[in-house]
Amino acid sequence: MARIDCNHIRHAYGPHPKSDKDYALKEVHHAFEDGGAYALLGPSGCGKTTLLNIISGLLYPSHGDLLFDGKDVTNLSTQERNIAQVFQFPVIYDTMTVYDNLAFPLRNRGVPEPDVDRKVRETLEMTGLADMAKRKARGLTADQKQKISLGRGLVRSDVNAILFDEPLTVIDPHMKWVLRSQLKQLHRRFGFTMVYVTHDQTEALTFAENVVVMYEGEIVQIGSPAELFERPKHTFVGYFIGSPGMNVMPVAVEGSSARLGSQTIELPAAPKTGTTGVIELGIRPEYVRLGATGMPVSIRKVEDIGRHKVVRASFEGRDIAAIVGEDEDIPADPKIAFDPAGINIYADSWRVEMGG
Amino acid sequence: MERTWNNKAWFMVLPVLLLVAFSAIIPLMTVVNYSVQDTFGNNDFFWAGSEWFDEILHSDRFWEAMGRNLVFSAIILIIEIPLGIFIALNMPKKGWGVPVCLVLMALPLLIPWNVVGTIWQVFGRVDIGLLGYSLRALGFNYNYVNDPFDAWVTVIVMDVWHWTSLVVLLCYAGLVSIPDAYYQAAKIDGASRWAIFRYIQLPKMNRVLLIAVLLRFMDSFMIYTEPFVVTGGGPGNTTTFLSIDLVKLAIGEFNLGEAAAMSIVYFLIIMLLSWVFYTVMTAYDAEQ
Repeated sequence: MARIDCNHIRHAYGPHPKSDKDYALKEVHHAFEDGGAYALLGPSGCGKTTLLNIISGLLYPSHGDLLFDGKDVTNLSTQERNIAQVFQFPVIYDTMTVYDNLAFPLRNRGVPEPDVDRKVRETLEMTGLADMAKRKARGLTADQKQKISLGRGLVRSDVNAILFDEPLTVIDPHMKWVLRSQLKQLHRRFGFTMVYVTHDQTEALTFAENVVVMYEGEIVQIGSPAELFERPKHTFVGYFIGSPGMNVMPVAVEGSSARLGSQTIELPAAPKTGTTGVIELGIRPEYVRLGATGMPVSIRKVEDIGRHKVVRASFEGRDIAAIVGEDEDIPADPKIAFDPAGINIYADSWRVEMGG
Repeated sequence: MERTWNNKAWFMVLPVLLLVAFSAIIPLMTVVNYSVQDTFGNNDFFWAGSEWFDEILHSDRFWEAMGRNLVFSAIILIIEIPLGIFIALNMPKKGWGVPVCLVLMALPLLIPWNVVGTIWQVFGRVDIGLLGYSLRALGFNYNYVNDPFDAWVTVIVMDVWHWTSLVVLLCYAGLVSIPDAYYQAAKIDGASRWAIFRYIQLPKMNRVLLIAVLLRFMDSFMIYTEPFVVTGGGPGNTTTFLSIDLVKLAIGEFNLGEAAAMSIVYFLIIMLLSWVFYTVMTAYDAEQ
């Protein structure tokens, strides 16, 4: 296992990139710590798979260097980097048995047969495939096939990292949970460096200790699931994480209060910036309190989604969402108040600190 | 839901039935008719029973033609299948080369069979043909008109030229359907070029290869036009395959009864082989 450093990595698929628009990956400068479990989260086309393929050596970056444990591997091939990767669609060798599938990467590397046997048996145990070792890989279910793909990475104990490219896309929902918790277990037991690409926030937040959120070829925030939820650094993180996403509304800030239309919202403290550019206030629906006091809203729709209700309302001519408890009543003359703990201020989409 | 029974609806299929009857069933029955009767002319027919069939099944000439045909089919399969795979593997997967290669590959398939025969008949001639003349000039004693070996080589090379494209196109279709992730995973697993072919490409081409083998076997087993135009079945009988023999028997010798019996045996063999291939293919699909 190794620490992975991305040094100012940029990548363009076209041959002669001119402007920022030509880059699929604008600039990534980040270190994946040894033994860490990371999720790369972002919408389709944000560059997360590009970054993953650069790490695994399936792509070579247009600019920047890649280091494994301080050693430059930018120009090394995939084999030389010694990386394991699990793809979106399970890749198995149809004609081989499960056992031979797992033995394949070792045999290709000329590992002596007794060692192959020992490693394959260990991996079969780890992945829970032991009782189907002799079966042809062809007839297995999607989740079993995906376990084989994973197993082919695990079987090489010296891999520098295991990379996952949306590995649960084709897996049935109930098996997703099982596989995800098995992955976490494997990570805890063996301490692999894992990088997991996904566009599913639940997957990212439950799998990883550190979530790297990407947007339009850039990393916009790296943090724990709680940080991403409480203090989104960029309005995109606010929209993308959480269901429904963060309410973002343009405001005018004066000292420690913000004005929206005819309403004035008290902020916990005055924002630090000179407040230039577009100033917005972001608040998650979880922090919008619906009650008899506060600012008036008109409710358009109430969605009951089981554990709680999502109230869609109109506030000063803008859409706003609030979450209320399953058993709470919706008042006849609804008013909202913002919990100061949940208020974030953004200047040109980036979060500004408040107070001090 | 209530079902409506209306037996008059059967009349709706009558036009098709009539069409099929005229185009297939009636001609086929004529052949059956000839195969069990004999005539001395004057349109007087009398019952011959299984006589013609006995004769055909005990005729050396029939079994020799059958043997030649099987050898021919085997040789062209042994050449065309690996060659087709090899060309398909080396064709570009993207860029401007793809349409160019596809058009080049499709060209031989677009040429009518008798034209292919004529092209090779002229091409191989030792007096004016480019191939025949050049081989002669290079010191080879090539002459497909009186050397059985040269005749076989010519007919086989012609078939390879004409039909390898079909195998190439089928294999290519199988190859391009393999997702990139397979090649990437193979790279990560450290697979050699041979291992990639053996464990990824070949298994993915399996189904199209079965179809290719079936089509090429059937076509070569029924081959008529091209060798007939080039060699006319000669020298002697050395390139007389089943269908050439059949035409000689029916039209050349006007031996209608025997020709009819042979047609039916020939037809049954093709049916049997089709059934075998079909069974193998569906069994393979079920296994998937």
